[in-house]
Amino acid sequence: MERMLLNIGPSHPAMHGTIQIKVELDGERVIRADVEIGYLHRGFEKTAENRTYMQVIPYTDRLNYVSPILNNLAYAMAVEKLLGIDVPPRAKWLRMIFGEISRITDHLTCIAPIGMELGAFTVFLYMIKAREFLWDILDATTGARLTTSYVRIGGVKADVPDNFEELLKEALREVRKAVKDVHGLLSNNPIFLKRTRDIAVVSQAEALSYGFTGPVLRSTGFYYDVRKTFPYLYYDEVEFDVPLGERGDNYDRYMVRMKEIEQSIRIIEQAFKKIEKGPVRTEDEVVEAYEAIEASHRGKYLDGKLKLSPNLEGMEKDLYDQIMAKVPRYILPPKEDLYRTMEGMIKHFKLIMSGHGLRPPTGEVYVPVEGGNGELGFYIVSDGGDRPYRLHLRAPVFSIMSALGKMIEGHYVADVIPTFASINMIGGELDR
Amino acid sequence: MVIEEIAEKYNLKKIEAADEIPSFYCTRDSITDILSEFHKHFEILLDITAVDYLGKRDKRFEVVYLLLSIKNRTRLRLKVPLDEGEKIPSASSLWKNANWLEREVYDMFGIEFEGHPDLRRILLYPEFEGHPLRKDYPLKKSQPRIKLLRPERE
Repeated sequence: MERMLLNIGPSHPAMHGTIQIKVELDGERVIRADVEIGYLHRGFEKTAENRTYMQVIPYTDRLNYVSPILNNLAYAMAVEKLLGIDVPPRAKWLRMIFGEISRITDHLTCIAPIGMELGAFTVFLYMIKAREFLWDILDATTGARLTTSYVRIGGVKADVPDNFEELLKEALREVRKAVKDVHGLLSNNPIFLKRTRDIAVVSQAEALSYGFTGPVLRSTGFYYDVRKTFPYLYYDEVEFDVPLGERGDNYDRYMVRMKEIEQSIRIIEQAFKKIEKGPVRTEDEVVEAYEAIEASHRGKYLDGKLKLSPNLEGMEKDLYDQIMAKVPRYILPPKEDLYRTMEGMIKHFKLIMSGHGLRPPTGEVYVPVEGGNGELGFYIVSDGGDRPYRLHLRAPVFSIMSALGKMIEGHYVADVIPTFASINMIGGELDR
Repeated sequence: MVIEEIAEKYNLKKIEAADEIPSFYCTRDSITDILSEFHKHFEILLDITAVDYLGKRDKRFEVVYLLLSIKNRTRLRLKVPLDEGEKIPSASSLWKNANWLEREVYDMFGIEFEGHPDLRRILLYPEFEGHPLRKDYPLKKSQPRIKLLRPERE
Protein backbone atom coordinates (compact mmCIF):
# COMPACT_ATOMS: atom_id res chain seq x y z
CA MET A 1 0.00 0.00 0.00
CA GLU A 2 1.42 3.36 -0.97
CA ARG A 3 1.44 6.01 1.74
CA MET A 4 0.72 9.63 1.23
CA LEU A 5 2.16 12.58 3.12
CA LEU A 6 -0.33 15.40 3.57
CA ASN A 7 0.26 18.85 5.00
CA ILE A 8 -2.75 20.31 6.77
CA GLY A 9 -2.08 23.97 7.45
CA PRO A 10 -0.53 26.35 8.41
CA SER A 11 -2.96 28.25 6.21
CA HIS A 12 -5.90 26.01 5.62
CA PRO A 13 -9.58 26.96 5.57
CA ALA A 14 -10.41 24.37 8.22
CA MET A 15 -7.69 25.39 10.70
CA HIS A 16 -8.75 27.78 13.45
CA GLY A 17 -5.26 28.94 14.04
CA THR A 18 -1.98 28.87 12.27
CA ILE A 19 -0.66 25.41 12.95
CA GLN A 20 0.64 22.69 10.71
CA ILE A 21 -0.25 19.03 11.01
CA LYS A 22 1.80 16.72 8.82
CA VAL A 23 -0.06 13.46 8.46
CA GLU A 24 1.05 10.23 6.89
CA LEU A 25 -1.95 8.54 5.34
CA ASP A 26 -2.81 5.01 4.42
CA GLY A 27 -5.89 5.59 2.31
CA GLU A 28 -7.92 7.83 4.58
CA ARG A 29 -6.44 6.62 7.83
CA VAL A 30 -3.79 8.58 9.69
CA ILE A 31 -0.73 6.41 10.36
CA ARG A 32 1.49 9.05 11.87
CA ALA A 33 1.03 12.71 12.64
CA ASP A 34 3.53 15.40 13.40
CA VAL A 35 2.33 18.71 14.81
CA GLU A 36 4.33 21.84 14.03
CA ILE A 37 3.59 24.89 16.14
CA GLY A 38 5.07 28.35 16.53
CA TYR A 39 3.50 30.20 13.63
CA LEU A 40 2.02 32.75 16.03
CA HIS A 41 5.11 33.13 18.21
CA ARG A 42 5.62 36.80 19.00
CA GLY A 43 8.08 36.67 21.87
CA PHE A 44 5.66 37.45 24.70
CA GLU A 45 8.11 36.35 27.40
CA LYS A 46 11.01 38.35 25.99
CA THR A 47 8.75 41.38 25.55
CA ALA A 48 7.53 41.10 29.14
CA GLU A 49 11.12 41.13 30.41
CA ASN A 50 11.53 44.51 28.79
CA ARG A 51 8.28 46.11 29.96
CA THR A 52 7.34 47.42 33.38
CA TYR A 53 4.87 45.37 35.42
CA MET A 54 1.97 47.65 34.46
CA GLN A 55 2.85 47.59 30.78
CA VAL A 56 2.62 43.79 30.64
CA ILE A 57 -1.15 43.74 31.32
CA PRO A 58 -2.27 44.59 27.74
CA TYR A 59 -0.01 41.84 26.40
CA THR A 60 -1.79 39.28 28.56
CA ASP A 61 -5.07 40.06 26.74
CA ARG A 62 -3.54 38.67 23.60
CA LEU A 63 -2.65 35.26 25.05
CA ASN A 64 -5.93 33.40 25.17
CA TYR A 65 -7.94 35.96 23.28
CA VAL A 66 -11.31 34.30 23.79
CA SER A 67 -11.05 34.51 27.58
CA PRO A 68 -8.81 37.55 28.13
CA ILE A 69 -9.97 38.32 31.66
CA LEU A 70 -8.71 34.99 32.97
CA ASN A 71 -5.24 35.86 31.66
CA ASN A 72 -5.41 39.33 33.22
CA LEU A 73 -6.51 37.69 36.47
CA ALA A 74 -3.65 35.18 36.57
CA TYR A 75 -1.09 37.89 35.89
CA ALA A 76 -2.54 40.37 38.38
CA MET A 77 -2.75 37.69 41.08
CA ALA A 78 0.86 36.69 40.50
CA VAL A 79 2.11 40.27 40.84
CA GLU A 80 -0.11 40.86 43.89
CA LYS A 81 1.35 37.79 45.54
CA LEU A 82 4.84 39.09 44.80
CA LEU A 83 3.94 42.46 46.31
CA GLY A 84 2.01 40.90 49.18
CA ILE A 85 -1.13 42.99 48.73
CA ASP A 86 -4.78 42.00 48.96
CA VAL A 87 -7.78 43.29 47.05
CA PRO A 88 -11.14 44.43 48.48
CA PRO A 89 -14.12 42.02 48.48
CA ARG A 90 -16.06 43.78 45.74
CA ALA A 91 -13.08 43.56 43.40
CA LYS A 92 -12.81 39.84 44.15
CA TRP A 93 -16.47 39.21 43.37
CA LEU A 94 -16.19 41.25 40.18
CA ARG A 95 -13.13 39.26 39.19
CA MET A 96 -15.11 36.08 39.72
CA ILE A 97 -18.14 37.27 37.76
CA PHE A 98 -16.09 38.44 34.82
CA GLY A 99 -13.79 35.43 35.00
CA GLU A 100 -16.79 33.15 34.66
CA ILE A 101 -18.21 35.25 31.83
CA SER A 102 -14.87 34.76 30.12
CA ARG A 103 -15.00 31.03 30.74
CA ILE A 104 -18.41 30.87 29.09
CA THR A 105 -17.16 32.78 26.04
CA ASP A 106 -14.20 30.41 25.88
CA HIS A 107 -16.41 27.32 25.98
CA LEU A 108 -18.89 28.78 23.50
CA THR A 109 -16.02 29.51 21.13
CA CYS A 110 -14.84 25.94 21.51
CA ILE A 111 -18.18 24.21 20.99
CA ALA A 112 -19.24 26.36 18.04
CA PRO A 113 -16.51 25.06 15.68
CA ILE A 114 -16.99 21.43 16.79
CA GLY A 115 -20.48 21.64 15.38
CA MET A 116 -19.30 23.51 12.33
CA GLU A 117 -16.62 20.95 11.49
CA LEU A 118 -19.24 18.24 11.46
CA GLY A 119 -21.56 20.17 9.16
CA ALA A 120 -23.84 21.62 11.82
CA PHE A 121 -23.39 25.24 10.94
CA THR A 122 -26.50 26.26 12.87
CA VAL A 123 -24.71 25.41 16.10
CA PHE A 124 -21.92 27.76 15.20
CA LEU A 125 -24.32 30.65 14.61
CA TYR A 126 -26.33 30.00 17.80
CA MET A 127 -23.21 29.90 19.96
CA ILE A 128 -21.54 32.92 18.41
CA LYS A 129 -24.78 34.86 18.74
CA ALA A 130 -24.97 34.04 22.44
CA ARG A 131 -21.35 35.09 22.82
CA GLU A 132 -22.13 38.52 21.43
CA PHE A 133 -24.43 39.24 24.39
CA LEU A 134 -21.63 38.42 26.81
CA TRP A 135 -19.26 40.62 24.90
CA ASP A 136 -21.77 43.45 25.14
CA ILE A 137 -21.37 43.23 28.93
CA LEU A 138 -17.61 43.31 28.61
CA ASP A 139 -17.89 46.22 26.21
CA ALA A 140 -20.09 48.21 28.60
CA THR A 141 -17.83 47.52 31.60
CA THR A 142 -14.30 47.43 30.27
CA GLY A 143 -14.65 49.44 27.07
CA ALA A 144 -13.45 46.63 24.83
CA ARG A 145 -14.76 43.31 23.58
CA LEU A 146 -11.55 41.33 23.39
CA THR A 147 -8.63 43.38 24.63
CA THR A 148 -10.14 44.08 28.00
CA SER A 149 -7.20 44.69 30.39
CA TYR A 150 -9.91 44.74 33.06
CA VAL A 151 -8.19 43.09 36.01
CA ARG A 152 -5.49 45.40 37.31
CA ILE A 153 -2.89 45.02 39.98
CA GLY A 154 -4.71 45.77 43.23
CA GLY A 155 -8.26 45.55 41.93
CA VAL A 156 -10.19 45.96 38.74
CA LYS A 157 -10.28 48.79 36.24
CA ALA A 158 -13.74 50.13 36.98
CA ASP A 159 -17.03 49.31 38.62
CA VAL A 160 -19.90 47.91 36.58
CA PRO A 161 -22.27 50.24 34.67
CA ASP A 162 -25.73 51.06 36.02
CA ASN A 163 -27.59 48.78 33.63
CA PHE A 164 -25.31 45.84 34.45
CA GLU A 165 -28.06 43.71 35.96
CA GLU A 166 -30.24 44.00 32.86
CA LEU A 167 -27.36 43.23 30.55
CA LEU A 168 -26.31 40.25 32.64
CA LYS A 169 -29.82 38.82 32.87
CA GLU A 170 -30.38 39.16 29.16
CA ALA A 171 -27.02 37.61 28.30
CA LEU A 172 -27.48 34.66 30.66
CA ARG A 173 -30.96 34.07 29.26
CA GLU A 174 -29.54 34.02 25.74
CA VAL A 175 -26.70 31.68 26.74
CA ARG A 176 -29.14 29.32 28.46
CA LYS A 177 -31.31 29.34 25.37
CA ALA A 178 -28.37 28.63 23.07
CA VAL A 179 -27.12 25.81 25.30
CA LYS A 180 -30.61 24.29 25.40
CA ASP A 181 -30.95 24.55 21.62
CA VAL A 182 -27.54 23.01 21.03
CA HIS A 183 -28.31 20.18 23.45
CA GLY A 184 -31.37 19.52 21.37
CA LEU A 185 -29.48 19.70 18.11
CA LEU A 186 -26.37 17.70 18.97
CA SER A 187 -26.37 15.79 22.25
CA ASN A 188 -28.57 12.93 21.04
CA ASN A 189 -28.06 13.40 17.34
CA PRO A 190 -27.07 10.03 15.79
CA ILE A 191 -24.80 11.64 13.20
CA PHE A 192 -23.06 13.70 15.85
CA LEU A 193 -22.71 10.67 18.13
CA LYS A 194 -21.28 8.58 15.34
CA ARG A 195 -18.74 11.24 14.48
CA THR A 196 -17.62 11.98 18.05
CA ARG A 197 -18.11 8.87 20.21
CA ASP A 198 -14.86 6.91 20.67
CA ILE A 199 -12.93 9.26 18.43
CA ALA A 200 -9.53 10.36 19.73
CA VAL A 201 -9.88 8.62 23.08
CA VAL A 202 -7.40 9.59 25.77
CA SER A 203 -7.08 7.32 28.78
CA GLN A 204 -6.80 8.79 32.26
CA ALA A 205 -3.21 7.66 32.74
CA GLU A 206 -2.19 9.08 29.40
CA ALA A 207 -3.94 12.37 30.07
CA LEU A 208 -2.03 12.77 33.34
CA SER A 209 1.24 11.83 31.73
CA TYR A 210 0.71 14.44 29.04
CA GLY A 211 -0.01 17.07 31.69
CA PHE A 212 -3.64 17.68 30.72
CA THR A 213 -5.63 20.00 32.95
CA GLY A 214 -9.05 21.59 32.71
CA PRO A 215 -12.04 20.27 30.74
CA VAL A 216 -9.89 17.93 28.65
CA LEU A 217 -8.56 16.15 31.76
CA ARG A 218 -12.02 16.11 33.37
CA SER A 219 -13.47 14.51 30.25
CA THR A 220 -11.43 11.41 31.10
CA GLY A 221 -13.18 11.25 34.48
CA PHE A 222 -10.35 12.64 36.58
CA TYR A 223 -11.42 15.18 39.18
CA TYR A 224 -9.14 18.17 39.14
CA ASP A 225 -10.22 21.78 39.08
CA VAL A 226 -7.98 24.54 40.44
CA ARG A 227 -11.09 26.32 41.73
CA LYS A 228 -11.91 23.34 43.96
CA THR A 229 -8.50 21.88 44.79
CA PHE A 230 -6.70 25.17 45.46
CA PRO A 231 -9.54 27.68 45.96
CA TYR A 232 -8.74 31.31 45.19
CA LEU A 233 -10.91 34.45 45.24
CA TYR A 234 -14.27 33.35 46.76
CA TYR A 235 -14.68 30.05 44.93
CA ASP A 236 -15.00 28.24 48.26
CA GLU A 237 -18.05 30.36 49.12
CA VAL A 238 -20.14 29.48 46.09
CA GLU A 239 -21.71 26.18 45.17
CA PHE A 240 -20.90 24.56 41.88
CA ASP A 241 -20.24 21.10 40.51
CA VAL A 242 -17.32 19.88 38.50
CA PRO A 243 -18.74 17.93 35.54
CA LEU A 244 -16.79 14.81 34.62
CA GLY A 245 -16.74 12.69 31.49
CA GLU A 246 -16.27 8.94 31.27
CA ARG A 247 -14.43 7.92 28.15
CA GLY A 248 -12.27 10.89 27.24
CA ASP A 249 -13.39 11.04 23.63
CA ASN A 250 -14.54 13.99 21.52
CA TYR A 251 -18.12 13.66 22.75
CA ASP A 252 -17.08 13.82 26.40
CA ARG A 253 -14.96 16.86 25.77
CA TYR A 254 -17.97 18.52 24.14
CA MET A 255 -20.30 17.45 26.96
CA VAL A 256 -18.01 18.56 29.79
CA ARG A 257 -17.76 22.02 28.27
CA MET A 258 -21.53 22.22 27.78
CA LYS A 259 -22.11 21.33 31.43
CA GLU A 260 -19.43 23.74 32.60
CA ILE A 261 -21.25 26.61 30.95
CA GLU A 262 -24.26 25.85 33.17
CA GLN A 263 -22.05 25.71 36.26
CA SER A 264 -20.45 29.03 35.35
CA ILE A 265 -23.90 30.58 35.08
CA ARG A 266 -24.65 29.23 38.56
CA ILE A 267 -21.48 30.84 39.91
CA ILE A 268 -22.29 34.18 38.30
CA GLU A 269 -25.79 34.21 39.74
CA GLN A 270 -24.62 33.39 43.25
CA ALA A 271 -21.80 35.90 43.04
CA PHE A 272 -24.20 38.60 41.88
CA LYS A 273 -26.37 37.95 44.93
CA LYS A 274 -23.47 38.07 47.36
CA ILE A 275 -21.67 41.11 45.96
CA GLU A 276 -21.86 44.24 48.10
CA LYS A 277 -21.08 47.85 47.43
CA GLY A 278 -17.56 48.99 48.13
CA PRO A 279 -14.28 50.06 46.61
CA VAL A 280 -12.91 48.16 43.61
CA ARG A 281 -9.24 48.87 44.24
CA THR A 282 -7.07 48.58 47.32
CA GLU A 283 -6.16 51.48 49.52
CA ASP A 284 -2.72 52.31 48.30
CA GLU A 285 0.37 53.04 50.30
CA VAL A 286 1.86 56.42 49.54
CA VAL A 287 5.47 56.74 48.55
CA GLU A 288 7.06 59.71 50.28
CA ALA A 289 8.64 62.23 47.94
CA TYR A 290 12.26 61.60 48.96
CA GLU A 291 11.83 57.87 48.48
CA ALA A 292 10.31 58.38 45.03
CA ILE A 293 13.13 60.65 43.94
CA GLU A 294 15.70 58.14 45.08
CA ALA A 295 13.87 55.33 43.34
CA SER A 296 13.65 57.21 40.06
CA HIS A 297 17.42 57.77 40.15
CA ARG A 298 18.03 54.08 40.69
CA GLY A 299 18.69 52.49 37.33
CA LYS A 300 17.39 49.10 36.41
CA TYR A 301 20.74 47.37 36.69
CA LEU A 302 22.10 49.27 39.66
CA ASP A 303 21.63 47.37 42.86
CA GLY A 304 22.90 49.87 45.42
CA LYS A 305 21.21 53.15 46.18
CA LEU A 306 22.51 56.10 44.23
CA LYS A 307 23.53 59.00 46.42
CA LEU A 308 22.01 62.32 45.64
CA SER A 309 24.32 65.30 45.94
CA PRO A 310 26.39 64.09 48.88
CA ASN A 311 27.20 67.59 50.15
CA LEU A 312 23.68 68.87 50.50
CA GLU A 313 21.68 65.70 51.03
CA GLY A 314 20.36 66.79 54.37
CA MET A 315 19.46 70.25 53.11
CA GLU A 316 17.67 69.05 50.02
CA LYS A 317 15.45 66.59 51.81
CA ASP A 318 13.16 69.28 53.19
CA LEU A 319 12.56 70.55 49.69
CA TYR A 320 11.60 67.21 48.20
CA ASP A 321 7.94 67.71 49.06
CA GLN A 322 7.95 70.88 47.01
CA ILE A 323 9.66 69.19 44.09
CA MET A 324 7.47 66.16 43.91
CA ALA A 325 3.92 65.12 44.73
CA LYS A 326 3.22 62.08 46.86
CA VAL A 327 2.80 59.20 44.47
CA PRO A 328 1.05 55.84 44.77
CA ARG A 329 3.05 52.68 45.27
CA TYR A 330 1.08 50.06 43.36
CA ILE A 331 -2.35 51.07 42.23
CA LEU A 332 -3.36 53.08 39.20
CA PRO A 333 -5.77 55.98 39.80
CA PRO A 334 -9.28 55.76 38.28
CA LYS A 335 -9.38 56.76 34.63
CA GLU A 336 -11.67 59.74 35.43
CA ASP A 337 -8.99 61.21 37.71
CA LEU A 338 -6.36 60.71 35.06
CA TYR A 339 -8.22 62.79 32.51
CA ARG A 340 -9.58 65.45 34.84
CA THR A 341 -6.99 66.18 37.50
CA MET A 342 -3.32 67.02 37.57
CA GLU A 343 -2.62 64.69 40.50
CA GLY A 344 -4.28 61.80 38.71
CA MET A 345 -2.08 62.40 35.71
CA ILE A 346 1.07 62.43 37.86
CA LYS A 347 0.04 59.26 39.66
CA HIS A 348 -0.64 57.51 36.40
CA PHE A 349 2.67 58.66 34.94
CA LYS A 350 4.60 57.50 37.98
CA LEU A 351 3.29 53.97 37.63
CA ILE A 352 3.23 53.52 33.88
CA MET A 353 6.34 55.19 32.52
CA SER A 354 9.62 53.31 32.23
CA GLY A 355 12.04 54.03 35.02
CA HIS A 356 9.17 54.54 37.47
CA GLY A 357 6.56 51.94 38.23
CA LEU A 358 6.19 49.44 40.99
CA ARG A 359 9.15 47.46 42.23
CA PRO A 360 8.24 44.17 43.88
CA PRO A 361 10.72 42.62 46.31
CA THR A 362 13.20 40.04 45.06
CA GLY A 363 11.68 36.60 44.78
CA GLU A 364 9.78 34.24 42.58
CA VAL A 365 6.17 33.26 42.43
CA TYR A 366 3.88 30.88 40.54
CA VAL A 367 0.18 31.61 40.68
CA PRO A 368 -2.33 29.48 38.78
CA VAL A 369 -5.97 30.03 38.01
CA GLU A 370 -8.44 27.76 36.28
CA GLY A 371 -8.33 29.08 32.74
CA GLY A 372 -10.67 28.17 29.93
CA ASN A 373 -8.48 25.23 28.97
CA GLY A 374 -6.97 24.26 32.30
CA GLU A 375 -4.39 25.42 34.77
CA LEU A 376 -3.13 28.77 33.58
CA GLY A 377 -0.25 30.05 35.66
CA PHE A 378 2.28 32.81 35.62
CA TYR A 379 5.80 32.20 36.88
CA ILE A 380 7.47 35.50 37.66
CA VAL A 381 11.01 36.01 38.90
CA SER A 382 11.70 39.46 40.30
CA ASP A 383 15.13 40.94 40.91
CA GLY A 384 13.76 43.99 42.68
CA GLY A 385 13.67 46.07 39.51
CA ASP A 386 10.72 47.65 37.76
CA ARG A 387 10.50 44.91 35.14
CA PRO A 388 10.02 41.16 35.60
CA TYR A 389 13.43 39.48 35.45
CA ARG A 390 11.77 36.43 33.95
CA LEU A 391 8.14 35.85 33.16
CA HIS A 392 6.85 32.50 32.00
CA LEU A 393 3.33 31.45 31.16
CA ARG A 394 2.23 27.91 31.93
CA ALA A 395 -0.09 27.55 28.96
CA PRO A 396 -2.58 24.70 29.42
CA VAL A 397 -2.98 24.25 25.68
CA PHE A 398 0.73 23.62 25.19
CA SER A 399 0.68 20.33 27.08
CA ILE A 400 -2.60 19.29 25.48
CA MET A 401 -1.35 20.02 21.98
CA SER A 402 1.70 17.82 22.55
CA ALA A 403 -0.70 14.88 22.60
CA LEU A 404 -2.64 15.83 19.46
CA GLY A 405 -0.40 13.76 17.18
CA LYS A 406 -1.05 10.66 19.29
CA MET A 407 -4.77 11.38 19.60
CA ILE A 408 -5.50 11.41 15.90
CA GLU A 409 -3.42 8.37 14.98
CA GLY A 410 -5.57 5.59 13.56
CA HIS A 411 -8.52 7.84 12.77
CA TYR A 412 -9.79 9.22 9.49
CA VAL A 413 -8.59 12.52 8.06
CA ALA A 414 -12.11 13.87 8.49
CA ASP A 415 -11.78 13.37 12.27
CA VAL A 416 -8.57 15.35 12.53
CA ILE A 417 -10.24 18.76 12.44
CA PRO A 418 -13.10 18.00 14.91
CA THR A 419 -10.55 16.54 17.34
CA PHE A 420 -8.45 19.63 16.93
CA ALA A 421 -11.55 21.76 17.59
CA SER A 422 -12.51 19.75 20.68
CA ILE A 423 -9.29 20.63 22.51
CA ASN A 424 -9.80 24.31 21.75
CA MET A 425 -6.36 25.32 20.64
CA ILE A 426 -5.80 29.06 20.89
CA GLY A 427 -2.74 30.14 18.95
CA GLY A 428 -2.03 33.18 21.09
CA GLU A 429 -1.70 31.07 24.20
CA LEU A 430 0.07 28.14 22.60
CA ASP A 431 2.81 30.04 20.80
CA ARG A 432 3.04 33.03 23.14
CA MET B 1 5.07 14.18 54.13
CA VAL B 2 6.61 12.56 51.08
CA ILE B 3 8.39 15.69 49.91
CA GLU B 4 10.43 16.08 53.10
CA GLU B 5 11.39 12.40 53.14
CA ILE B 6 12.76 12.50 49.62
CA ALA B 7 14.40 15.87 50.17
CA GLU B 8 16.15 14.48 53.24
CA LYS B 9 17.21 11.35 51.42
CA TYR B 10 18.93 13.33 48.67
CA ASN B 11 20.01 16.15 50.99
CA LEU B 12 18.30 18.86 48.96
CA LYS B 13 18.70 22.52 49.81
CA LYS B 14 15.41 24.30 50.49
CA ILE B 15 14.57 27.64 48.87
CA GLU B 16 12.18 30.16 50.37
CA ALA B 17 9.56 31.24 47.83
CA ALA B 18 6.87 33.89 48.16
CA ASP B 19 4.16 31.56 46.90
CA GLU B 20 4.74 28.87 49.58
CA ILE B 21 5.37 26.15 47.01
CA PRO B 22 8.05 23.82 48.45
CA SER B 23 11.19 24.51 46.41
CA PHE B 24 14.53 22.72 46.36
CA TYR B 25 17.87 22.93 44.64
CA CYS B 26 19.02 19.73 42.92
CA THR B 27 22.19 18.85 41.10
CA ARG B 28 22.51 17.81 37.50
CA ASP B 29 23.75 14.33 38.36
CA SER B 30 20.99 13.41 40.77
CA ILE B 31 18.01 15.00 39.00
CA THR B 32 17.00 11.81 37.16
CA ASP B 33 16.83 9.81 40.41
CA ILE B 34 15.01 12.59 42.24
CA LEU B 35 12.47 13.05 39.45
CA SER B 36 11.77 9.33 39.23
CA GLU B 37 11.23 9.25 43.03
CA PHE B 38 8.81 12.17 42.82
CA HIS B 39 7.16 10.65 39.74
CA LYS B 40 5.54 8.04 42.00
CA HIS B 41 3.69 10.75 43.95
CA PHE B 42 3.25 13.62 41.50
CA GLU B 43 0.84 12.82 38.68
CA ILE B 44 1.34 15.89 36.57
CA LEU B 45 4.41 17.65 35.29
CA LEU B 46 3.11 21.20 35.03
CA ASP B 47 6.06 22.93 33.54
CA ILE B 48 9.72 22.94 32.67
CA THR B 49 11.31 26.29 32.14
CA ALA B 50 14.63 28.01 32.70
CA VAL B 51 15.97 31.31 34.01
CA ASP B 52 19.13 32.98 32.74
CA TYR B 53 21.10 34.57 35.59
CA LEU B 54 23.85 35.99 33.39
CA GLY B 55 26.46 37.65 35.59
CA LYS B 56 24.27 37.34 38.69
CA ARG B 57 25.01 33.84 39.90
CA ASP B 58 27.94 31.41 39.65
CA LYS B 59 26.11 29.04 37.36
CA ARG B 60 24.44 30.82 34.51
CA PHE B 61 21.18 28.90 34.03
CA GLU B 62 18.61 27.41 36.35
CA VAL B 63 16.23 24.84 34.93
CA VAL B 64 12.94 24.91 36.86
CA TYR B 65 10.62 21.89 37.14
CA LEU B 66 7.11 22.36 38.48
CA LEU B 67 5.21 19.27 39.59
CA LEU B 68 1.65 18.84 40.80
CA SER B 69 0.22 16.20 43.10
CA ILE B 70 -3.57 16.27 43.11
CA LYS B 71 -3.76 13.48 45.68
CA ASN B 72 -1.69 15.43 48.23
CA ARG B 73 -2.93 18.84 47.08
CA THR B 74 0.53 20.23 46.61
CA ARG B 75 2.89 21.56 44.03
CA LEU B 76 6.65 21.21 44.03
CA ARG B 77 9.41 23.22 42.42
CA LEU B 78 12.85 21.77 41.67
CA LYS B 79 15.73 23.85 40.38
CA VAL B 80 18.88 22.65 38.70
CA PRO B 81 21.74 25.15 38.27
CA LEU B 82 23.66 24.67 35.04
CA ASP B 83 26.73 26.24 33.51
CA GLU B 84 26.76 27.33 29.92
CA GLY B 85 27.17 24.31 27.63
CA GLU B 86 26.28 21.80 30.35
CA LYS B 87 23.69 19.20 29.46
CA ILE B 88 20.87 17.93 31.65
CA PRO B 89 19.17 14.52 31.53
CA SER B 90 15.76 14.46 29.88
CA ALA B 91 12.57 13.67 31.81
CA SER B 92 10.65 12.60 28.72
CA SER B 93 10.64 8.95 29.78
CA LEU B 94 8.75 9.86 32.97
CA TRP B 95 6.18 12.37 31.75
CA LYS B 96 5.21 12.52 28.12
CA ASN B 97 4.69 16.27 27.92
CA ALA B 98 8.34 16.76 28.96
CA ASN B 99 9.13 16.15 25.31
CA TRP B 100 7.65 19.45 24.13
CA LEU B 101 8.50 21.40 27.29
CA GLU B 102 12.18 20.47 26.94
CA ARG B 103 12.13 21.35 23.27
CA GLU B 104 10.89 24.80 24.23
CA VAL B 105 13.67 25.27 26.80
CA TYR B 106 16.20 24.17 24.18
CA ASP B 107 14.69 26.56 21.67
CA MET B 108 14.67 29.56 23.97
CA PHE B 109 17.82 29.00 26.04
CA GLY B 110 19.97 26.53 24.10
CA ILE B 111 20.08 24.09 27.02
CA GLU B 112 20.48 20.56 25.68
CA PHE B 113 18.69 17.59 27.19
CA GLU B 114 20.50 14.25 27.12
CA GLY B 115 18.43 11.29 25.99
CA HIS B 116 15.68 13.43 24.48
CA PRO B 117 14.09 11.57 21.54
CA ASP B 118 13.63 14.55 19.24
CA LEU B 119 15.49 17.66 20.36
CA ARG B 120 14.84 20.39 17.83
CA ARG B 121 13.37 23.88 17.83
CA ILE B 122 9.65 24.08 18.49
CA LEU B 123 8.42 27.68 18.41
CA LEU B 124 11.09 29.11 16.12
CA TYR B 125 12.24 27.90 12.75
CA PRO B 126 15.35 25.73 12.27
CA GLU B 127 17.42 28.48 10.61
CA PHE B 128 17.00 30.87 13.56
CA GLU B 129 20.34 32.04 14.96
CA GLY B 130 20.78 32.26 18.73
CA HIS B 131 18.42 31.64 21.62
CA PRO B 132 16.13 34.59 22.27
CA LEU B 133 15.42 34.28 26.00
CA ARG B 134 19.11 34.41 26.89
CA LYS B 135 19.89 37.73 28.52
CA ASP B 136 22.70 38.43 26.03
CA TYR B 137 20.40 38.10 23.02
CA PRO B 138 19.96 41.68 21.76
CA LEU B 139 16.36 42.88 21.85
CA LYS B 140 16.42 44.28 18.34
CA LYS B 141 18.59 41.68 16.68
CA SER B 142 17.51 40.89 13.14
CA GLN B 143 17.79 37.45 11.66
CA PRO B 144 19.47 36.62 8.35
CA ARG B 145 17.30 35.91 5.38
CA ILE B 146 16.60 32.23 4.84
CA LYS B 147 17.73 30.78 1.55
CA LEU B 148 14.78 29.89 -0.62
CA LEU B 149 14.42 26.28 -1.64
CA ARG B 150 13.61 27.40 -5.16
CA PRO B 151 14.84 30.64 -6.77
CA GLU B 152 12.33 33.45 -6.94
CA ARG B 153 10.57 33.96 -10.24
CA GLU B 154 11.37 37.12 -12.15
